[in-house]
Amino acid sequence: MTAWDKFLDAFFNAKVMAKYLPDILAGTLLTIELAILIVVSGILAGLLLALVRSLSFRPLNLLIIFVVDLLRSLPPLVIIVLLYFGMPSAGWSPSGFMSTWLSLSLVLMAFSEEIFWAGITSVHKGQWEASRSTGLGFGQTLMNVVLPQALRLTIAPLTNRTIAITKGTALGTVVALHEILGMASSAVSNSYNPSPLILGSAAYLILFIPVVIAARWIEKKYSWKR
Amino acid sequence: MTAIVKAYGVHKHFGHLHVLKGVDLEVAERELVFVIGPSGSGKSTLLRCLNRLEQPSSGSIEVAGIDMLSPKTDINHARQHIGMVFQSFNLYPHMTALGNVMLALRKVAGKGKAEAETLAQAALDRVGLADRAHHRPAELSGGQQQRVAIARSIALEPRVMLFDEPTSALDPELVGSVLAVMRDLRESGMTMIVVSHEMGFAKNAADRVIFMDDGLIVEQGPPAAIFDTPAHERTRAFIGQIQQH
Repeated sequence: MTAWDKFLDAFFNAKVMAKYLPDILAGTLLTIELAILIVVSGILAGLLLALVRSLSFRPLNLLIIFVVDLLRSLPPLVIIVLLYFGMPSAGWSPSGFMSTWLSLSLVLMAFSEEIFWAGITSVHKGQWEASRSTGLGFGQTLMNVVLPQALRLTIAPLTNRTIAITKGTALGTVVALHEILGMASSAVSNSYNPSPLILGSAAYLILFIPVVIAARWIEKKYSWKR
Repeated sequence: MTAIVKAYGVHKHFGHLHVLKGVDLEVAERELVFVIGPSGSGKSTLLRCLNRLEQPSSGSIEVAGIDMLSPKTDINHARQHIGMVFQSFNLYPHMTALGNVMLALRKVAGKGKAEAETLAQAALDRVGLADRAHHRPAELSGGQQQRVAIARSIALEPRVMLFDEPTSALDPELVGSVLAVMRDLRESGMTMIVVSHEMGFAKNAADRVIFMDDGLIVEQGPPAAIFDTPAHERTRAFIGQIQQH
């Protein structure tokens, strides 16, 4: 066996790959499910926090800033582990799925709140004044005038952050979650062959490349000349 | 003469700055009042107090019979009757000219889509931009943008229009088109308060010119009197300065 053959046998072993493909596919489905949940709940919660923050109610804003900064400072893995291994002693035992979903949603919420907030504050004060002077209320102005402009500015940073955090589903392996990486690494242990990792990587690429492309498309669609 | 704008003893503080020091202003229906004065004299702040974009520190303001400072006043409803045009146009960049005009018609005046569109189109027609209805602000010249902004206000059929340096951000060759629209408004009987240094326009269109300095109205009168024979030294100095340009 030459070195090249050894390499192929280790990483591109067709027999091993075929055997574990169903597992990887199952893991992919779970990752997709989890990713969608994280993106939807994380971004919605982040948007909601940013909208609440725009009400400029000081005590509430201080609380939001504190929570957001805390969540942005902690490594996502630490939050997952805290929930999964820590909460049972407080009488609640979240599953690995629940722990990962909740943790990554909270992290995405924190980052997206900051991104939305930056978008909202970057809209010129004159936009608020023009709208308010025609009789639109605070909420109407926020939803019809400010937010559409803010969202356009947030799309690029939001997509980047979303992709980064959603890839964190791989952290779920530490809490026995059978997502792509979890499936791949147990397949590696069972087969004594790292080929399933290549399959796993391929699954991540297939999953995220369309998201990256879609992000580019959205960014282009929502841009307008100022 | 019935005053449609009645502001008495208006004070405004920004922190330590005392910007308005007790201004009294009455504006009659169909009157066009010009407000001039050096930068920092409080003229824009006075205008912004009238529709409560700025909250006066004290004083009373009544516009079209509505007590603007009463906590019981629905300020959003009251603002429908007070149009405002800004120096920097402040059109909504994500909407077409038509969309800009339609927004308040739909959300504030509660018009249906078709009716709002008809009214908005008519307002754009009035400022000579019927053919630009489907253009975004970025596709319009400064003068056109400002005319859309005027259409956005007049579509709501306000009782009073406030103009805050409407031509200051425009290239000189575009000023005329905006002033023409203002003149047309004036001829239709609109009550207008205009903060601007367009002396030529003031001379032949204004009923009254007010000179403000340091948070107070220094003097006021017909344009000819203020521009040609000002009573106060400060007015004379200011008018001398702007006439050199």
